[in-house]
Amino acid sequence: MSKYSMHLLVCGGTGCHASESDAVVCNLKDELEAKGLQNSVQVIMTGCFGFCEKGPIVKVMPDNTFYVQVKPEDAQTIVEEHVIKGRKVARLLYKDPQTKESISDSKHMDFFKKQLRIVLRNCGFINPENINEYIARDGYQALGKVLTEMTPEQVIKEVKDSGQRGRGGAGFSTGLKWELARKNASDEKYVVCNADEGDPGAFMDRSVLEGDPHSVLEAMAICGYSIGASNGLIYIRAEYPLAIERLKIAIGQAREMGLLGENIFGTGFNFDIKLRFGAGAFVCGEETALIHSMEGLRGEPTVKPPFPAESGYLNKPTNVNNVETFAAIPAIILKGAKWFSSIGTERSKGTKVFALAGKINNVGLIEVPMGTTLREVIFEIGGGIRDGKKFKGIQTGGPSGGCLSEKHLDTPIDFDNLVAAGSIMGSGAMIVLDEDDCMVSMAKFFLEFTVEESCGKCAPCRIGNKRLHELLGQICEGKGTLKDLDRLRNMSLVIKDTSLCGLGQTSPNPVLSMLDNYYDEYVAHVTDKKCPSGQCRSLVEYIVNAENCVGCTACVRVCPVNAITGDRKEVHLINPSICIKCGACMDKCKFDAIYIN
Amino acid sequence: MSKITSLADLKKKRQELQAGMDIRVKAIDPENVVQIKVAMATCGIASGAKTVMEFFLEQLERRNIAAVVTQTGCMGYCYAEPTIEVKLPGQDPVVYGFVDLKRADQIIEKYIKTGEMVDGIIPVNYQIIDLKE
Repeated sequence: MSKYSMHLLVCGGTGCHASESDAVVCNLKDELEAKGLQNSVQVIMTGCFGFCEKGPIVKVMPDNTFYVQVKPEDAQTIVEEHVIKGRKVARLLYKDPQTKESISDSKHMDFFKKQLRIVLRNCGFINPENINEYIARDGYQALGKVLTEMTPEQVIKEVKDSGQRGRGGAGFSTGLKWELARKNASDEKYVVCNADEGDPGAFMDRSVLEGDPHSVLEAMAICGYSIGASNGLIYIRAEYPLAIERLKIAIGQAREMGLLGENIFGTGFNFDIKLRFGAGAFVCGEETALIHSMEGLRGEPTVKPPFPAESGYLNKPTNVNNVETFAAIPAIILKGAKWFSSIGTERSKGTKVFALAGKINNVGLIEVPMGTTLREVIFEIGGGIRDGKKFKGIQTGGPSGGCLSEKHLDTPIDFDNLVAAGSIMGSGAMIVLDEDDCMVSMAKFFLEFTVEESCGKCAPCRIGNKRLHELLGQICEGKGTLKDLDRLRNMSLVIKDTSLCGLGQTSPNPVLSMLDNYYDEYVAHVTDKKCPSGQCRSLVEYIVNAENCVGCTACVRVCPVNAITGDRKEVHLINPSICIKCGACMDKCKFDAIYIN
Repeated sequence: MSKITSLADLKKKRQELQAGMDIRVKAIDPENVVQIKVAMATCGIASGAKTVMEFFLEQLERRNIAAVVTQTGCMGYCYAEPTIEVKLPGQDPVVYGFVDLKRADQIIEKYIKTGEMVDGIIPVNYQIIDLKE
């Protein structure tokens, strides 16, 4: 049995691997062996540290020294200086770009401060099915503090002062929403948690409910106390069976402990929570549609006003907040409005959870302070674009949001900046696109989703989106004209202006933002009848490069429609009138002799 | 489960529980209690976290290793599911990604038994807040 006294962790992520981190590992091992240290110092290749910009990374444990941009030839120095003599190699340490000081411990580096977990504080830390672990992590202390030490007005003031804005997408002040619901007198009021997460690529709310359900329950009770409600409802889609299961367990345990139910903490405050299931319609994330769905009516939005704060569920004053909004409340109460508002930007406070998806190395769930730039999210935390491809765009806010291009990479993320750039925060889905993605097809993809999910109540959304989708289809097939591009823009603006609810008001966003940021690509589709990224099948032509073709007949055999002719050792030819553009020949060819025109 | 009827009650309960968790780590048998957390959100389970958790429960018992295996929520490393966190007594926790049964076996045989780290470590890249002022 070997007992190692020191560990050298070398990053083996894609980025560092490309910068020869495997050679660093080899050299370190050789060097250790040469010094007879192979049994006391261990070299381990790890996953991505996320700090690809400064890779390859070598981390020395237990003293937590963080070396950046380590070259294979540095292995000797690290072993001789650090491992044997215990002296840090100054030239390999990370230097703070502002102060120019060397930082040896990664905990003090800005990069690792980039993710700060408030909403996700317990996710991946506690057992969500055991209320005791939540209590051990200060769970229900905020509710206790609110019920015994604060008046409802004080709670609302605290939440207002924190500057928190609704995380469901619209970014309305949480405290103000509570205040409005409090002001409307009624014998009964309702607190509703919107867990109808519907954006493709979004899984923030599901992860919170699955990882830390009690934080949402506690916050709903705090909200109930503040607005004067004793009933809470969680509207969750039936497609989230595990989140539902965990919520049921959590509600059961909280009731059993007397943290939900009657006379909580002996203060006479009553609050209980029930679940309501949705069938997974996107429009039911809109609060009026959500309330109708809970009432057993069709999930269709109605005109505001009246706002739910005046007349919501069963015509009683109702406060609807999103899962993520609720999950931050206990932290705001315990640590104070001042603390929360010290994080973030001028008008967007606190942190935001994002679901990173698409062509990115570290697909995952992250939480960063507002004001973090898209570049930091994509290239530092996200580890950059997959397979070393080039970044093309990022769709934020799901199908209701816009696609931002390279010129927006240094925009600090907050509610207002994203709107100014032509997108929205939305619930926090981020889909990263690379050079292979066609922006016309992408817009068509998102429109397909909204056409499907439109409830059909108002004409602009029902008919307009359908027409937009058809136009985009024509452009993809090479049947579009320059005039169609103007038509796309005009129709989008009309749909935005005249739709009844948020779904229609935002559904043309992908089209508008892509027209703005990738106009040349749209023009290429309609005037040159070309798809620059080669995604639109009708617009590409597979051609044999006579110089590379050796006449092996591999493509002839794989072609499903016999569109390729040519005998052994003769240059092959693809007949474009038969070719169905499946790409099988190109995948098969070993000589790079087939290309897309 | 006893009812909590006042804030003082809750505070007392918290203290007990924190102490309880402490005992779990330190007091019983400080040298031999290993803590494993398996990330069990929908994504983790879809990638096989359940099988991995069962494997740990069964194998640790069979191999006579005193350990606490618990489930937790999403750690955020979706690209590397199933992910688990292993905390050896007195050491910082280590997160492993892409844990299939083969790697789980390696983790038990190498990391847990001898302290020798195995491939697949994911460096923690975030800070969590502490709710105490």
